[in-house]
Amino acid sequence: MVDEREPASGDPHRRGRRTAEELLPADELVQLLDADGVRHEHPRYTAEVGDDALRELYRWMNVVRAVDRESIHLQRQGQLGVYASGLGQEAAQVGSASALADADWVFPSYRELGVGMVRGVDPVRLLHLNRGTWLADHDPHEHGFAPPSIPIGTQALHAVGFALGALFDGAPIVAVTYLGDGATSEGDTHEALTFAGVMGAPVVFFVQNNQYAISVPVEEQTAAPTLAHKGVGYGIPAVRVDGNDVLGTYAVTREAVDRARAGEGPTLIEAVTYRREAHTTSDDADRYRPREEVEAAEARDPILRMARYLRANDLLDDAAEREVQDAAARLAGEVRARLYDAPHGDPRELFSHVYVDPTGHFEEQAALLERELGERGQAPR
Amino acid sequence: MTVTLAQALNSALHDAMTDDDRVLVLGEDVGRLGGVFRITDGLRDTFGVRRCFDTPLAESGIIGTAIGLAMYGFRPVPELQFDGFSYPAFEQIVSHLAKLRNRSRGTLRLPVTIRIPYGGGIGAVEHHSESPETYWVHTAGLKVVTPATPQDGYSLLREAIASDDPVVFLEPKRRYWSRGEAELPARTEPMHRAVVRRPGRDVSVLCYGPMLATALEAAEAAEARGWSLEVVDLRSLSPLDTDTITASVRRTGRAVVVHEAPRTLGMGAEVAARIQEAAFYHLEAPVLRVTGFDTPYPAAMLEEYWLPDVDRLLDAVERSLTY
Repeated sequence: MVDEREPASGDPHRRGRRTAEELLPADELVQLLDADGVRHEHPRYTAEVGDDALRELYRWMNVVRAVDRESIHLQRQGQLGVYASGLGQEAAQVGSASALADADWVFPSYRELGVGMVRGVDPVRLLHLNRGTWLADHDPHEHGFAPPSIPIGTQALHAVGFALGALFDGAPIVAVTYLGDGATSEGDTHEALTFAGVMGAPVVFFVQNNQYAISVPVEEQTAAPTLAHKGVGYGIPAVRVDGNDVLGTYAVTREAVDRARAGEGPTLIEAVTYRREAHTTSDDADRYRPREEVEAAEARDPILRMARYLRANDLLDDAAEREVQDAAARLAGEVRARLYDAPHGDPRELFSHVYVDPTGHFEEQAALLERELGERGQAPR
Repeated sequence: MTVTLAQALNSALHDAMTDDDRVLVLGEDVGRLGGVFRITDGLRDTFGVRRCFDTPLAESGIIGTAIGLAMYGFRPVPELQFDGFSYPAFEQIVSHLAKLRNRSRGTLRLPVTIRIPYGGGIGAVEHHSESPETYWVHTAGLKVVTPATPQDGYSLLREAIASDDPVVFLEPKRRYWSRGEAELPARTEPMHRAVVRRPGRDVSVLCYGPMLATALEAAEAAEARGWSLEVVDLRSLSPLDTDTITASVRRTGRAVVVHEAPRTLGMGAEVAARIQEAAFYHLEAPVLRVTGFDTPYPAAMLEEYWLPDVDRLLDAVERSLTY
């Protein structure tokens, strides 16, 4: 008979229970860097990063923004079918992704270009999803970055399952799933938080509250005081952080990931930010929000405040700034060139990856396609 | 020795977990209770709470979590407690389990076997007697198999768990307690092969899962009327073994497909279409379908009027023979 009193880390059903007081998120946002670039201390969350790492966070945010902007241009020029911009969310994505270890895994939605890039995924490979070359192109195992999940909230469950796998295996691996504010209404998110809480899975739910689910504002998404308050219902500690503060998002994610790795279970993070572009390039945001609101969000820009901070601390000068911008522009240019020159998908691949063992499934239909390709003058392989 | 289908399935799980420590069982009540049908009985005691564990009551959560476990490297065998409760997991199965390998251009493997007790005939309340196989068969990326005998229950489940592709494993719950001769561990025909259970000359009866016993009973009764029925057990609904099906129809010239699921777009539609594509000139009569009605599954006292039985099957056989 199995001993039911195994320690929490060894039992899929965590026995320890936190009190409501322990779980309630603080009223105040965690903010280590305000909109003016002034650094603040926090008793619990400290971004212990050296000067090089500070510059690296800054560089990444600029690079991500340049590729994001380029992607919008590429869509306007017909090179991408549709693109979901993360403009304004660079601190949320770069800060959190920088807090992960190489062996950790990310379970993203479709707006996580910045997270993917920090994980080392070639942005061109991510953009093939938008170009329509392939449904996804990168190797998830190489970067610990799952294929972006388009059905909202569904990837949270994969993160929980993956984290349980690591827990059962005794591996120091954490899964992080990225969700939007809209995703917190989905049933799968609810089930994922429930499972993670009960089983003590080493998983971090990183919610980028960018204020809108396409056109519906977060106020109409939930009656909860904040999205972080939802954690109480699942027995999961939650924290709200200024999502435009790259040091804050780094610090709270780092703390959550460290605790998960130490066997202390899941965390829910609400990163309060703002989606400055439309939902996607197919959306018209002027139909549901005033321009002034977007302009107000620009004043809270994550890159601007980091630049102010770095300059005030002699970590950035004009020459270094030029270098960052040049490098970002160069990469964006490369992305553009490589997407223009990228191959088209091979129709024969339609049958290649559906099953490990496709025996009995496609013989006739693959032969039909081959005949059709022959008639179009595309020589058989 | 004789074993029940339930015992054979339990043995298959036990042996698969013994042979491969990456095999995990998860679901509602599969642990302490051993499953509401006792298919997972004893697994938690033998293998521990990490290998066989109860989940919160959420079917999408069970399948989504199994997907993540598979992405990590485990070989999960989730149970969905009843056919009618597989629907909350529909999105995870259709949008992710079936598609992640293709989406990732072949870099991900999803060796997940979803066990679902299905079908009627047990006098249950609503949602406990459904035949949802068409949904899974219609979904590219899944394999769908269903055993009708204890030997096949063991063998198909072992093969499904060993498969690197996701398999929906449909267990005919009204046959859980039917006994059959079986030496376990049993190895029967390969997973995606249909099998002729009873050779015959006049009409091919194509069936699977809970309807095999009905078809064999009908064949016995038909014998007395001088009709020789060939009973083919499909076993694998996706992929379908078209060769075995059409070979039988070429021999007999007549075909009747039988299943519990409603008629419209049921397996019978696909089987009939394949037969007429592959064996048109061998047919002496239209392919007929013997199925549940195109109505919601009825209350328990009415299910005997809804479910296909020996009489409905023999009626179709007669119509085929006298066409």
